[in-house]
Amino acid sequence: MSSETLGRSPGVASPRGPAGAGSRKRPVVQRVFGKNPLGALLSTPYLIFLAVVFAYPLVFAFYMSLHDYFFSAPGAVVDRPFIGIDNYVAALTDPQVLQSFRNVGVFLIINVPLTVILAIVLATALNRVVHFRAFLRVSFYVPYVTASVAVVAVWLFMFSGNGLINNVIGPLAPDPSWLINPTLAMPTIALYVTWKQLGFFILLYLAALQNVPNELYESASTDGAGPIRSFFSVTVPGVRPATALVLMLATITGANLFTEPYLLTGGGGPNGASSSPVFVMYQEGLQQGKPGFAAAIGVVLVIIVLTIALLENRFAGGKEE
Amino acid sequence: MQRRTLISATATAAAALLALTACSGGGAADSDALTSRGDITIWYSNNEQEVAWAKAMVDAWNAENPEEQIKAQEIPAGDSSEEVIGAAITAGTAPCLVFNTAPSAVGQFQKQGGLVDLASFEDGTAYIEERSGESAEQYRAPEGGYFQMPWKSNPVMIFYNKDKFTQAGLDPENPALSTYDDFLATSKTLVESGAAQFAINPSPTSQFFQVGFDFLPLFAAESGGKGLVEDGKATFAGEEGLAVGEFWKSLYDQGFSGREEVQGDAFADGVSAMSIVGPWAISVYGDSINWGSVPVPTSSGIAPEETYTFSDAKNVGLYSACKNQATAWDVLKFATSEEQDGQLLELTGQMPLRANLPDTYPDYFEANPAYTQFGDQASRTVEVPAGSNTVEMMQDLRDAYTKAVISGEGDLEEALKGAAEKVDALAEEG
Repeated sequence: MSSETLGRSPGVASPRGPAGAGSRKRPVVQRVFGKNPLGALLSTPYLIFLAVVFAYPLVFAFYMSLHDYFFSAPGAVVDRPFIGIDNYVAALTDPQVLQSFRNVGVFLIINVPLTVILAIVLATALNRVVHFRAFLRVSFYVPYVTASVAVVAVWLFMFSGNGLINNVIGPLAPDPSWLINPTLAMPTIALYVTWKQLGFFILLYLAALQNVPNELYESASTDGAGPIRSFFSVTVPGVRPATALVLMLATITGANLFTEPYLLTGGGGPNGASSSPVFVMYQEGLQQGKPGFAAAIGVVLVIIVLTIALLENRFAGGKEE
Repeated sequence: MQRRTLISATATAAAALLALTACSGGGAADSDALTSRGDITIWYSNNEQEVAWAKAMVDAWNAENPEEQIKAQEIPAGDSSEEVIGAAITAGTAPCLVFNTAPSAVGQFQKQGGLVDLASFEDGTAYIEERSGESAEQYRAPEGGYFQMPWKSNPVMIFYNKDKFTQAGLDPENPALSTYDDFLATSKTLVESGAAQFAINPSPTSQFFQVGFDFLPLFAAESGGKGLVEDGKATFAGEEGLAVGEFWKSLYDQGFSGREEVQGDAFADGVSAMSIVGPWAISVYGDSINWGSVPVPTSSGIAPEETYTFSDAKNVGLYSACKNQATAWDVLKFATSEEQDGQLLELTGQMPLRANLPDTYPDYFEANPAYTQFGDQASRTVEVPAGSNTVEMMQDLRDAYTKAVISGEGDLEEALKGAAEKVDALAEEG
C-alpha cells in the first residue's frame, strides 16, 4: 500500500480512486477463476482429485450417518429412511465405541510424544554422524516401508507369551502376557507403531535440520552453549514447523489405527482393550452391514482429529514471520 | 473476488455431490434375467481340493453346453470371501454363482438385493428340499424362499493326535472324551505329562465366526440340536449354554487351552493334542499326523449317534447381477447333482448337504472309513441363525464369550444373559 502511494505520480488517477480501475468491470474469466486463471487451470486436476477422493466420500459419509443406510446392489429397490442423529446417539452411547475412543486416546498419548521426541533426537544424531550415515538412515527407514503383515509376525514372535522379550526378562514378564493383557495391549501397539513409523518422521526432521543455519550453532557455541543447550535453544526452535507437521501427521495416522489391532491382537482383543474407532467402523460397517452407524463414528472421529490437529498447529506451529 | 470464486467452486462441487448422491439408490430389478440363457461366470473357493473339483465340474459342463459356457475363477483375494462378495454386490460385479457363500452372510446379501430367490424357479423349492431333506429347512429365509442352495457341510468334531495320547499314557483307540469330566481329566493328563503344551487350542480371537469352533458345536450337542436363536429368542443363556461356557472356562482357567493366539496350526505343529475341526482336516493333515476323531463332548456323554454339532456349511448363492439366471440355475443343479456331489466328496472330503449321505455313496464310505463318522454326523447339524443380523448376533455372543470364558472376567451367566438380550433385540428387528 505504501509503495503504491509513494509511486503515484501527479496527474495519474489513483487505481482505487473513483475514476480508477476499481470501478471498471473485470473480465469474466478473471471474475470466475480469480487473478491467475492459468494457476486455477493447473490446479484443477488436483482439485478434482480432492473433490472425488476426499470431499465426496466425506460428504457422502455424513449423508449415510443420517440415514438407516446399507450398501445395496445397483438397481435394487431398498428403503434407507432418514433417521436424523439416531446413529450418532447410538454410537456415542455404545460402550464398545466409547471404549475404542478411550483406547485410541491412550494410543495417542503414548505414540505422539514418543514419536516427536525420538524422531527429533535421532534425526539430530543422524545429522551429525559422519560414518555409515546412509546405512543408518536406511536402517531407520526400513520398518516404515516394510509391509505391516510381515513386521507384525516379528513382533508376535517377540511379544507373545513364549516370546523373546518374556524369555529375556524372565520373572518380570507380565501375566497375562503383553498382547493379551488389557492394560498393556494398547501401549504395546503404541510402541510398535512408534517404532514402525519412526523412519518417516526422522526423514522429515532431517530435511528440516538442513534449514537451520550453522551460524546459529556457532553463535551458541561462542556464547558457551554445550550440545544439549544448543539442541534446546537452536535445534528445537529451528525445526518448529517440522514439529507441528510431525505432531499432526502422527495424530492423524494414529487416530486411524486399524491394521495393528487387527493383526497384533486378533481383532482388538483382549475384550476390546485394543480396538480402535476405525476397527469398530470395519466391524459395524463391513461385517455387520451397518455403514450408517459406522459413518457416524467416522464423522465424530474426523471432528475430534481436526480439533486436535488445529490445537497442535495453534500451539506448536507458531506464526510464520 | 477470491471469495466469490470460492463460493462458485463450492456451489459447483455441492451440485456435483448432490447429483452423485442421487444416483446411489433406487431402480428396478432385471426380471428378464430369470429366464435368460447364455455364458455365465462363477467363483469358487481357493483351496487346492475345491479348485480341482470346480475345474473338473466346469470342464464337464462346458463340454456338454457349447452355447452356455462357464467362465470360472477363484474368489478374488480379500480379508474374507464375504467382504469380497459384499463389495461385488454393491459394485454390480458379482458373478452368477459363488460356490462358497457362508450362511452367516446370506441374510445381508439378501437385504442388499444381491441374491436371487431360488424358489423363483419353477422347480427351485422342490429340488432343494428333495436333495437336502429336512436339513433344507435351516436354510430357508425367515420370510420364505431360498436365497442359498445348501451345498456342503463340515460337521465339527474333535480331532486328536493318537501319538500324543500314547505319549501321555492314554488309550489312543478309545479316548475318554465323551463327557466334560472325562475331557477335562484327559486334558489334564495330556498337559501334565508334557505330551503337549495345550490339550486343545481353539482360536481365542474376537472374530464373530470363531463362535462356530468352540461354543456353538458344544451347545448344539448339549442342547440336543438347538440353534442359537429359536422362535425369535436367544437360546444360549440357559442351562445348556452355561454348562458349555463353564466347560470351556475350566479348560482356559486350568491352562489346558491357550488364551493367546498361536501362530500357525497348533494341532499340526504339536502345540495342542486335540483340535475342533471338520472333515476338511483329513485331507489337510493326511498322514502327517496319526489322528482319530470323536464327537464333541457333552455334560452327560450323549451317544455319538445322537450328538449334534455345528455344520460349518458353505452354500451356493445365485446373484442378482447375473444376466443369464436360467443357465445359472441349470449349472447349479448340475453342480449339486448326485454325480457331482460324489466328485466333491471324493476330491475334498467335505459332506454334500444331501439327505441319506452314507446310503447315497456307500462305496466311498466303505473305502474311506475315516469319513464315516463325519458322514453320519452330517445328518445332525445346526446352522447359524438366519436373517440380516446374523453376524452382529454372533459378534455379541463372541464378545461375551471372550470376556467371561477366555479371559475369565466377570460372571459367565450375566455375560450370556447380556448377550442374549442383545440377540433378542436383533432377532426382533428381523
